[in-house]
Amino acid sequence: MMPATLWEGLPMPHIALSEGLPGILGPMIYRPETAAPLNELVDVLLRGDSTLTRGERELIATYVSSQNDCHFCLSIHGAVAAHHLGGNERLVSDVKTDFAQAGISAKLKALLAIAGHVQRGGRHVTAEDIEAARRQGATDLEIHDTVLIAAAFCMFNRYVDGLATWAPANQSDYREPAARLAEYGYSATTEGIAAAVSAGAGD
Amino acid sequence: MAALAQVLLHDVHSLTRGERELIATYVSSLNDCVYCQTAHGALAACHLDGDEELVRKVKSDYEQAEISEKLKALLAIAGKVQQGGKQVLPADVERARRSGATDLEIHDAVLIAAAFCMYNRYVDGLATWAPEGLDGYRERAKVVARDGYLRAPLGIPVPNEGEK
Repeated sequence: MMPATLWEGLPMPHIALSEGLPGILGPMIYRPETAAPLNELVDVLLRGDSTLTRGERELIATYVSSQNDCHFCLSIHGAVAAHHLGGNERLVSDVKTDFAQAGISAKLKALLAIAGHVQRGGRHVTAEDIEAARRQGATDLEIHDTVLIAAAFCMFNRYVDGLATWAPANQSDYREPAARLAEYGYSATTEGIAAAVSAGAGD
Repeated sequence: MAALAQVLLHDVHSLTRGERELIATYVSSLNDCVYCQTAHGALAACHLDGDEELVRKVKSDYEQAEISEKLKALLAIAGKVQQGGKQVLPADVERARRSGATDLEIHDAVLIAAAFCMYNRYVDGLATWAPEGLDGYRERAKVVARDGYLRAPLGIPVPNEGEK
């Protein structure tokens, strides 16, 4: 656990959120009505049936989050990606810094290029980007989901940072939560935490 | 996707539907997404007694528009979110609080802005077709304004259109 003193002087979130919850958890516990569709979306996109593996999809989410410089999102999704990839944190790091040189498939590289363009803005995705992905064997569904994952993380990153939530600094702090997310998914994990927060706040 | 829009833009709230659709429209115009700013602009106008001129003014210069100080402050926050979450500063939030915005209203302004940074990228990232001419948008807006987003899905022409 981090010593309490290291948190002194850190800016508070912009609204009153439950203490001790990192990143998106505080806002989700605060507003369960919006948390439900947000978690449903990410469960479908990152964990649902797909010809892209969970590891590949988490890498897309991590890459976009790093492009948006969102520490919480890139850390937690990077940890989940590593979990799905046999603990290969080095690969996750390589994808964030230079995916074109990383040890991933040509198809995933082409999809990450699309994701990077979506991060800048929808119109930055060109016909050439799509063609390049198709040449590497990407299906329409894989392209669709890549665009939507990238778009969704442009939302999540802004939500997390827009409310000035705090996030643990060390990558090692994310391994255990990532293992839980990988096993139970986003909706179930968040609901479990919400229940624990309510129980703690109750009689 | 529709469920999120329903909660954020249509369900009962201290911010009116018109105010929330104005935030969505403003962010969509900053992101230069023709379909979203037109569709949500039409919805905003629908909720604001057909005042399309007000919608145009909010998009071009909201500080001078005939809207509340609170909504101006929330639009300022939304504009910052569109640039990036870290652009929202304590001073922006302070301005919103001084004008009477609650935590919930600030939270939702941030999330509406963030969500439209997703929707805009989704629509334009797949190079979807946006109808020209405002009449179609006005007609759809009446249906969505009345029935919400779950019973009247947006019908964006994308491959493998799902319900999310």
